[in-house]
Amino acid sequence: MPLDHPQDLTIKDFKIVGQRPLRPDGIDKVTGRARFGADMNAPGMLVGRVLRSPHAHARIKSIDSAKAEALPGVKAVVTGADFGAVKDGLDDGMLDVLVNCMAQDKALYDGHAVAAVAAISQTVARQALKLIEVDYEVLPHVLDVDAAMQPDAPVLHEEAADESVPAGFSKNVVRRYEFGHGDVAKGFAEADRIVERRFKTEAAHQGYIEPHACLAAMGPDGQAELWVCTQGHYMVRNTCAALLGMDASQLRVTASEIGGGFGGKTTVFIEPLALALSRKAGRPVKMTMSREEVFRATGPTSSSSIDVKIGMTREGRITAASGELRYQGGAFPGSPVEFGAMSAFAAYDVENVKTVGWDVVANRPKQAAYRAPGAPMAAYAVESVIDELCKQFDLDPLSVRLKNAAVEGTTSSFGVTYGKIGLSATLEAARAHPHYSAALGPNQGRGLACGFWFNFGGETCVSLNVNADGTVGLSVGTPDIGGSRASMCQMAAEELGIAYDKVRTVVADTASLGYNDVTDGSRVTFASGLATIQAARDAIRKLCGRAARMWGIDEDAVIWEEGYAKPAGGNAGSFEPLSLAEIAAVSARTGGPIAGHTEVNADGAGQSFATHLVDSEVDPETGKVKILRYTVFQDAGKAIHPSYVEGQFQGGAVQGIGWALNEEYIYGEDGRLQNPGFLDYRVPVASDLPMIDTVIVEVPNPGHPYGVRGVGETSIVPPLAAIANSVSAAAAVRMTHLPMSPPRIRKAIEEAAGR
Amino acid sequence: MRYEAPRKLKRAVALLSAESGVARVLAGGTDLLVQLRSERIEPDLILDIKRIESMHAIAAERGGYRIGAAVSCAALGEHAGVKQLWPGVVEAATLIGSTQVQGRATMAGNLCNASPAADAAPALIAAGATVAIAGPGGRREVPAEAICLAPGRNALEKGEIVESLYLPARPERSGDAYLRLIPRSEMDIAVVSAGVSLSLDAAGRCSAARVALGAVAPRPLRVEAAAAALIGSDLDEAVLAVLAAACAAACDPIDDKRGTVEYRTEVAGVLAKRAAVIAQTRAGGAA
Repeated sequence: MPLDHPQDLTIKDFKIVGQRPLRPDGIDKVTGRARFGADMNAPGMLVGRVLRSPHAHARIKSIDSAKAEALPGVKAVVTGADFGAVKDGLDDGMLDVLVNCMAQDKALYDGHAVAAVAAISQTVARQALKLIEVDYEVLPHVLDVDAAMQPDAPVLHEEAADESVPAGFSKNVVRRYEFGHGDVAKGFAEADRIVERRFKTEAAHQGYIEPHACLAAMGPDGQAELWVCTQGHYMVRNTCAALLGMDASQLRVTASEIGGGFGGKTTVFIEPLALALSRKAGRPVKMTMSREEVFRATGPTSSSSIDVKIGMTREGRITAASGELRYQGGAFPGSPVEFGAMSAFAAYDVENVKTVGWDVVANRPKQAAYRAPGAPMAAYAVESVIDELCKQFDLDPLSVRLKNAAVEGTTSSFGVTYGKIGLSATLEAARAHPHYSAALGPNQGRGLACGFWFNFGGETCVSLNVNADGTVGLSVGTPDIGGSRASMCQMAAEELGIAYDKVRTVVADTASLGYNDVTDGSRVTFASGLATIQAARDAIRKLCGRAARMWGIDEDAVIWEEGYAKPAGGNAGSFEPLSLAEIAAVSARTGGPIAGHTEVNADGAGQSFATHLVDSEVDPETGKVKILRYTVFQDAGKAIHPSYVEGQFQGGAVQGIGWALNEEYIYGEDGRLQNPGFLDYRVPVASDLPMIDTVIVEVPNPGHPYGVRGVGETSIVPPLAAIANSVSAAAAVRMTHLPMSPPRIRKAIEEAAGR
Repeated sequence: MRYEAPRKLKRAVALLSAESGVARVLAGGTDLLVQLRSERIEPDLILDIKRIESMHAIAAERGGYRIGAAVSCAALGEHAGVKQLWPGVVEAATLIGSTQVQGRATMAGNLCNASPAADAAPALIAAGATVAIAGPGGRREVPAEAICLAPGRNALEKGEIVESLYLPARPERSGDAYLRLIPRSEMDIAVVSAGVSLSLDAAGRCSAARVALGAVAPRPLRVEAAAAALIGSDLDEAVLAVLAAACAAACDPIDDKRGTVEYRTEVAGVLAKRAAVIAQTRAGGAA
């Protein structure tokens, strides 16, 4: 069929894709009508609350909830023991999720859930928590990644390490990863200069404004419903069904609107507890985390300790590069150090390269994904060393990166050979931008850094229903965290040749559409978009078939052009073209409803690259940093809705500014988190920031019909490095520990002056 | 938990005196509501003073201004007279929280919350402000530096309530300034802060000065040695260095999530120097 010929991306004349229509969820969000996780209620609903460990590491000798259960108004109490029946059937990863949601024999971090109650009011629930008696045996704890690796460090788990870890390491070292190619010793021997440095970064939280919230209702027959704020309701369904010993079909999960996720809502915390409480109480249970609970008990990203060594010729050619990355991922295996080790040198074409990653556990909350998990810290270390080499050789940092940039055909440090990629194009765009040559004043510095992210496709299912009035209902299964409903409407409208506002996209519940992977890996505009386009093409095939029937000709003799079914040529006969609306209006008489479907495990996401440029000013007397100017250059493949692409660029840069300058988990000697709130966990506020300028570069991804590459994650990869390079220039001292808070900068300046 | 909103000060004092449990006064509520919601406090009585009309007045008095305890920071920030006489105090008022928070927050409440890092404290102490306190035993007036005793603990006795703040008159050629170090640009708490108030003689030399520091000790500090360094000088580099050293010597800070001992001690002097120069300029002297 003509529909199946490959799209020529360079000449495709988009009508709707590339425009900036209003988002369909916009009015609801600005008027307050949109319903988020905590906005759903049910008759007879109870309040669920969690009792959390005040200790960083403690054996739970006993839990006595009798007094709490006897308190009038308390309808259910659950503890680790309530999940005992399912534990044996779970694989290691799922068991970790369970133990993180509800401690079993040990509390592993300050804030770890040890019990939960359901009661008729907040007040009763709060009183009930105070009546639960937990007998703890406090154990020594460890928080820092390097300290946790020491052979004499307190051990969290006796048997969490796998065979990749060589003998002689602390049991807190649970995985070792290695990537690379060539001979680094030979490469370093060819270098004119070698720089080797150690860097540290602190744990940063995703900082979504909406705390976790859900409403669970389970009936006596075991059928359950869950309304929840999440990036992936199919994941929630499958995980909760496993942890509660239910069939997936018995649990219907609906995703609410979401007030930010950034990767942090790709797992469960309170959802299995709400279901367990509802099962026990026989009534709906609503649970809402406080901000303090979000900080103490949901996943920030890893803190890290990284050694990077790079050799360079005086002309700026990298001859060898190596890195040793140590990430603590909280109390369970699974820090993103593997991604860190894979991505560290992925932006460059390096002949001799090797990275080793160490996954380490410590007495902190289980890390959760955070936008390009593991990559920003690795890029910070690598791009800082490249910057230092450029300074030592007095070479232009942009030209050096261009000279070493990965291009089509480059075999990456993690083994993949790239297809068409856009790193060089982002560097060229940066060079051409006025920012690159703007003048700098005293105590000001400019930083440049590049970043890479893999991007992901994954399991995706879409249904597209053509309504009899000529409108279209599109059901996707990927929660909209960045304007994706608008983008889906645009792609469907583009294919079908109808207006943008004739398409409405909804995020369907788990019972209404087949499985969809979580909204992560920058995958939605790519994968749900690809599935939407294919579903639209499926619908078009059916529309052509209906037109054929209306005209009494063969299906093969009908083509679809610009929103109309037309006879394929003179031989097909002479008929007036039929619009989607005209065909839909009589669908009842031509075979019934018309719908298109796609089920796909999408491949070919297309790697993404960015270059960031930032100017900052340092007050040398106080160490305070002001970001003066910031420009993002990133390859989007094809920007479906440019405003939301720009929004992703800006958001990544701003979260990176927070991580680089002030955001960090601060613990006391007792292992308790000192800053579980937005007052002392300092995300940037609007007045801290300049307008983040953006340049969308479009090097089409051959893996997508329109050329889309995911854009959501790459934008947080370069900022730590770009800002550190900028601040290091402004303060005239290399900053090797993030965040670069005023006291840390003052200290670095003083130490440099003392040298 | 009871909520009371009397219309008369006398009634407010009576309610506070009669309460056997924990009582908290609600002015702007920008600290109190946060503490309530985070479950740090569970008071038995919340006494709202916003219905007491006299608490909302800013009145000229003896060449200075009397500011009711319920006057919001935003209202203070828009008062031309106070702004002209005590720009540094108003500067502090309009740094608390954010624009929205300032619509509720009060200087008196900020002082009574008794945080060593309160923005109100160094500016009011430098200004030589006094605080009028009403109580079962009548009315008393104390210097602003007497209010905060320790973190979270103020000098009010049972049944007492702050009625107003008084900013005194000042001679010609006077100026004041308040500076704080926060890692962000707003919505933050001072890591270190400094308030300086000074007067110049006809020759431009400093004839009187008061210096105060915040967040460098368990309570806001008035640093007399730092003020003494300024008096009689024209604030040259050497004098400012002595001022900074005197400030550093007065510091008794802690290491915490907001800063280190070393950092606070050093930056206290930096901010005091800068505030002194701004105050000098405002007084009409050479910068």
